[in-house]
Amino acid sequence: MNKSFIQIKKVSKIYKNKFAALKNIDLNIQEGEIFALLGPNGAGKSTLINVLCGITYHSKGTIFIDGVDLTKNRKKIKSLIGLVPQELHLEAFETVFDNVNYSRGLWGKKKDDNYILNLLKKLNLDDKKNNLLMQLSGGMKRRVLIAKALSHNPKILFLDEPSAGVDIELRKEMWDIIYTLKKEGVTIILTTHYIEEAEEIADRVAFINNGKIILVEDKNVLLNKLGNNKLVFTLDKNLKKVPAALNKYSYKVNKNKSYIEFFLSKEKNEVSDILLSVRKSKMDYLDFNIEKRSLESIFVDFIKKEKND
Amino acid sequence: MINLLAVKAIYFHEMNRTRRTILQSIISPILSTSLYFVIFGSAIGSRIKEIDGVTYGMFIVPGLLMLNLLTQSVSNGSFSTYFPKFNGTIFELQAAPISGVEMIIGFVGATSTKSIFLGLLIIATASFFIDLKILHPLLMVFFLLMTAVTFSLFGFVIGLWADNFEKLSLIPLIVITPLVFLGGSFYSINMLPEIWQKISLLNPVLYLVSGFKYSFYEISDVSIWTSIITILLILFILIVITLLIFKKGYNLRN
Ligand SMILES: Nc1ncnc2c1ncn2[C@@H]1O[C@H](COP(=O)(O)OP(=O)(O)OP(=O)(O)O)[C@@H](O)[C@H]1O
Ligand SMILES: [Mg+2]
Repeated sequence: MNKSFIQIKKVSKIYKNKFAALKNIDLNIQEGEIFALLGPNGAGKSTLINVLCGITYHSKGTIFIDGVDLTKNRKKIKSLIGLVPQELHLEAFETVFDNVNYSRGLWGKKKDDNYILNLLKKLNLDDKKNNLLMQLSGGMKRRVLIAKALSHNPKILFLDEPSAGVDIELRKEMWDIIYTLKKEGVTIILTTHYIEEAEEIADRVAFINNGKIILVEDKNVLLNKLGNNKLVFTLDKNLKKVPAALNKYSYKVNKNKSYIEFFLSKEKNEVSDILLSVRKSKMDYLDFNIEKRSLESIFVDFIKKEKND
Repeated sequence: MINLLAVKAIYFHEMNRTRRTILQSIISPILSTSLYFVIFGSAIGSRIKEIDGVTYGMFIVPGLLMLNLLTQSVSNGSFSTYFPKFNGTIFELQAAPISGVEMIIGFVGATSTKSIFLGLLIIATASFFIDLKILHPLLMVFFLLMTAVTFSLFGFVIGLWADNFEKLSLIPLIVITPLVFLGGSFYSINMLPEIWQKISLLNPVLYLVSGFKYSFYEISDVSIWTSIITILLILFILIVITLLIFKKGYNLRN
């Protein structure tokens, strides 16, 4: 049987103050995939990452990474892992270059100045390499943390909100870096509050809330399965009454009746069918377009449902 | 297997930190040693008669050395492990594939290097004020080395244990300094009433100071072997405690 690269079985984490931050988590992550963890503040995303990186210990359950039991051989597993933490914790008085080099050393890798210089170049940090860390902006510090995590060629990369405080341009560059790493076979696990980010780069996503995984799904499947698209007509005049011929579709009219949206169910010819009916019913409209449902709205729905349950 | 590259990384990272504050690291011991010699060596010392056959200025060298070695090793050692917890960079040490032993060698190695350097600096400074002689240089180096390593390790443990700045300065202040002052650094215990001589023997630092004194002038409060065994014993106990702490992950992981 093809075993998962990272196997998390019934893992719970109870902090010293008795707070249960993870409750019975089951999760499998495949080698070489980009996996996004989504969830509101305090959901337990960082806790899960910290458990996997050995920064904190889990209280219950088992974790296997690359076939190795985490509690049995942490050192071996840690040597595979690079971590970009959520918080910008860095020394103040060390230079960028020295600090990135230090990380490489900590992971027991031979000094390789060229590799580090290249890395800094890729992350747009080469002109800052001799600056002290305290002289950097927040976004630059984030990039240094990324450089530190990549300095030792990890096989698994954890990115805890890598794009918090990073400008759009760099976010795109970071995505490029992530794609390149994926091509090299690196497994990437990231958390983000920018759902577009997960939508853009993740292969699979997990929703996590209150320390529980509420959904794990292939991103495209999820968008297809739950992402009912909508056909939205912007109306010319405010609509008095929806023509009876349209009643066979499921639709919604907004409050001041300036547009009408039809929910699509992915049946064949559905869109042209609706368009024909609209034309026949002589409903005037200015414009129409198809709205794809985003991960964000799916996510918000899920969280709402959880709250109501 | 020890991961030497990681040990090296930690060691040089720490040494670089020291280098950034090198002026402070050199000037303060030179200054304080000079003050001791001006006050106790010349001003007051000239009125004190020889102790065990050496002038008072000479007599205080081993004690002064011990005072600086102990306080600096403990405070630098504790700072080096407390600081990453304070500024959050501890996450990297936690996530890195390094064992407790590797961390100890890297950190304690760097702190002791600094202490040994400091000790040599104090000896050099002292030689400006007094006619310094070291009868057993190898033995002196042994005590210098062992004391530096042992108390750097002690500092390392305190840094792991402390969770605020108060605790960090507590032990050096209320334990180390009194023990050094009461350990015969600036007097010979046979100057004390008998009961206090007995109490003094409970002070482990006394054995270390005595060992140092012996290596310099062949004068001592206890036998040299007792001193050697004491320092080895303290080091051994500390190593055991530190390894236990690492095994439990105490204050390193929540
Ligand atoms: N050291 C700790 N001791 C006690 N509780 C903690 C500790 N660290 C985190 N928690 C709690 O665990 C829960 C999960 O925290 P975590 O940092 O994993 O959330 P998160 O999903 O990463 O949130 P965010 O999106 O804000 O980063 C929170 O309720 C938090 O208060
Ligand atoms: Mg978090």
